[in-house]
Formats: sequence, structure tokens, C-alpha cells
Amino acid sequence: MNRITLDLWVGVFVAIGLGALLFLALKVGNLASTSTGETYVLKANFDNIGGLKVRAPVKSAGVVVGRVSDIRLDAERYEAVVTMNIGSQFRFPRDTFAKIRTSGLLGEQYIGLAVGGDEQVFKPGDSVKKTESAMVLEDLVGQFLFDKAAEGKEKNDVNK
Amino acid sequence: MERAMLDRATSALRGLGHRVTSRIWRLGFASRFLLATLLYSGTSFRRVFLTIREIYFTGVLSLIIILVSGLFVGMVLGLQGYDTLQRYGSSEALGILVALSLVRELGPVVSALLFASRAGSAITAEIGLMKATEQLSAMEMMAVNPIARVVAPRFWAGVISMPLLAALFSAMGIFGGYLVGVQLIGVDEGSFWSQMQASVDFREDIVNGVIKSVVFGIIVSWIAVFEGYDSEPTAEGVSGATTRTVVTSSLAILAADFILTAFMFRGA
Repeated sequence: MNRITLDLWVGVFVAIGLGALLFLALKVGNLASTSTGETYVLKANFDNIGGLKVRAPVKSAGVVVGRVSDIRLDAERYEAVVTMNIGSQFRFPRDTFAKIRTSGLLGEQYIGLAVGGDEQVFKPGDSVKKTESAMVLEDLVGQFLFDKAAEGKEKNDVNK
Repeated sequence: MERAMLDRATSALRGLGHRVTSRIWRLGFASRFLLATLLYSGTSFRRVFLTIREIYFTGVLSLIIILVSGLFVGMVLGLQGYDTLQRYGSSEALGILVALSLVRELGPVVSALLFASRAGSAITAEIGLMKATEQLSAMEMMAVNPIARVVAPRFWAGVISMPLLAALFSAMGIFGGYLVGVQLIGVDEGSFWSQMQASVDFREDIVNGVIKSVVFGIIVSWIAVFEGYDSEPTAEGVSGATTRTVVTSSLAILAADFILTAFMFRGA
């Protein structure tokens, strides 16, 4: 086989190999949209973060505006401190609510930002004061059973 | 009587000791050989056609087997994954399952196993036969270093081809999973891709997969050129070396995969 056909074949091979890598990076890994540019840091304290993980999305009105970058425990107050990286083009009022939500019944957990009406916005490094913890299924079931029991007791009282 | 038993016991011990020391000796020789290959690899980049020719034989000629196996592995993943996921009503997560298992594990590992048996064995047989027909000695006679002229281009061709082949395997497998999952079974196309894109991370999954395939490329090429260079210069010796290449590199790939996975995905 002469040199030119050999070069051609190897060139084709390297080109489609790199094309496959590009396909993996852009179409499968979605590199284009995850690499947000400038970000700033917001913090939030939660009583319970449930199954929230690092890199979980932060959404406002369902749109991803940032990602969770760090989760740690405040050893003095026994609260979870969640650090979020928010895209710099998004500014949120100071009375914004941070809630831990679940996408779908069994889906991943994310932080939903419910925007308030304050004139002033968060500066980088601020803490979100108003937070709502994750919904824990066991607590919910327990609450439900407790309510049912209370209802039954009321009915008994009325019957008397 | 006692003498005979003592003799048998000591000869068994001696045999065991000999096997252990010869393994360790071979490992040391193989490491020295890898160092020499790296040291003399200037030629394979200065006279780049030597390497390109080897990329043709190891990479281009492995394309068919890699692409077809990737497609079928992806299609099987699509069928099996759907079968399990639909029991939990989350068949939309099929894209995640197919993409993550291919990019993280199956792509690098299966393509490295195929590469070892398709290209590694050929490299060993070629170098072994060159040694048996005294072509390597003839080169040394002409003051041509056989490691620089024969071994290093084949080694680098394997190292370069392996990540490209693994990426092609993964891409083809994801396409196969898409064919079966979306076109044949009818999983929603939008959620197939978007859920995949939401959970496959570039740094964590794709780059780690590429790192794995580069490491496997080094392992397979190293074992292949070493077994060829170290083979006995007989027909039997070359066939034995070819078998050893496939067996040793398959085991080494799986062992290295466990170690790399343990480092990369410690279950954060």
C-alpha cells in the first residue's frame, strides 16, 4: 500500500475518532451549556437537605441558574450549609426563599429559588435567610398518621 | 526411600522458587524494556511515517470490529435497560443508563479487550517472527536500533489508537441504544437525550473514560511489544507469546480498570 492511501486512511481514522470524542463531549456530556461563565457564591442554611448532592442544579422558575458547589455541616448549629454558584447575570432580591425540591416522584433533588419583592439584591457571598428543608417521606407519613389519629379522636368526642 | 522423598520435596520447592523468581525477573526486564522504548521513541516522531503506518495496522484495521461490537453492545444495553427500567416506570432514564455505562466502563474496557485480541496479538506475532527470522539481529548489525525502528512506533501507534477507538465504541453504542430505545421501543426522544445530558458530566465521566482508555492503550501496547521482543525465536515460541499477550493484557486491563475506577468514582 503506498504512502498516500495510508496517510488518507489514518487521517480518516483520526478524524472520526476525534469526531466521536466531540460527539461525546457536546451531545452526551452537554459541555456547551454546563460551562457557565462568571458565577458568584450564595450560601444557605438548611435544617435537613435530604438527598441533595454537590453539582445539583439551582433553579428559579424551573430554569437552571446555578449549581450546588459545596455541602457541609455547621458543627455549632447542626445545620447544613449549602454553597451555590449562581451565574452572574442573575440577581435575586434579599427576601428570596431557597427550597429543596424534588423533580418528579423519584427524581433528583434541586434547590428552587422563589423570588420575593425586595428592592435590594444579594451580594456575592451573602446567605439566604429564608430556607425550606427537604421533604422527608418518613416525616410526612408520620404527620399523616398523626393527623388521622387526631381526626378519629375528634369524631369519637363528637359521638359522645 | 527417605532420600527419594526429600529429593522430591526439595525439587518441588526449587521449582516454585524458580517460577516466582523468573516472573519477577521478567517484570523487571519488561519495565527496563518500557523505559528503553520511551527513551528511543524520538525516531517514531521524527520519522512520523513509521508511526502512521502502524496506526493504520493497529487502529484503522480494528475499526470494523470496534464499530460493530459497539453498536451491538449499545443495542443490548437498550433492550436490557428498558426491560428493567420500565418496571419502575422510569424508562425515560434509559439514555442515562446507556450513556453512563458505555462512557465510564464498557467503552474503554470492551474496546481495550477487543484491541488486545485484534491488534495486540498481531503486534506480538509480527515482532516475534521478526526475531525468529533474525531480522532484528540484522538491524542491529546495520547499526539500526530495533527498539527505535520497530518497537517504539508500534507502541505509540497503540497508545494513540486506543482512546480514539474507545470513543468510537462509546459513540456507536449510544447510537445503538438510541436505535433500540427510541426508534424501536418508542422511549421519548427528547427525554432520552436531555436526561442523558443532565447526568453525564464532562469532567467526571467523559474525561475519566478517556484517561482509562489511554492507560489501557499503554498497558496493551507495552505487553504486546514486550511479549514479541521476549518470545523464543521458534514457531512454538511465537505462538506461545501471542497467547500470553492476549491473556496477560486482558487480565491487566480488568485489574487496572478496578484500580482506576476505585480512584475515580469513589462514590461521592
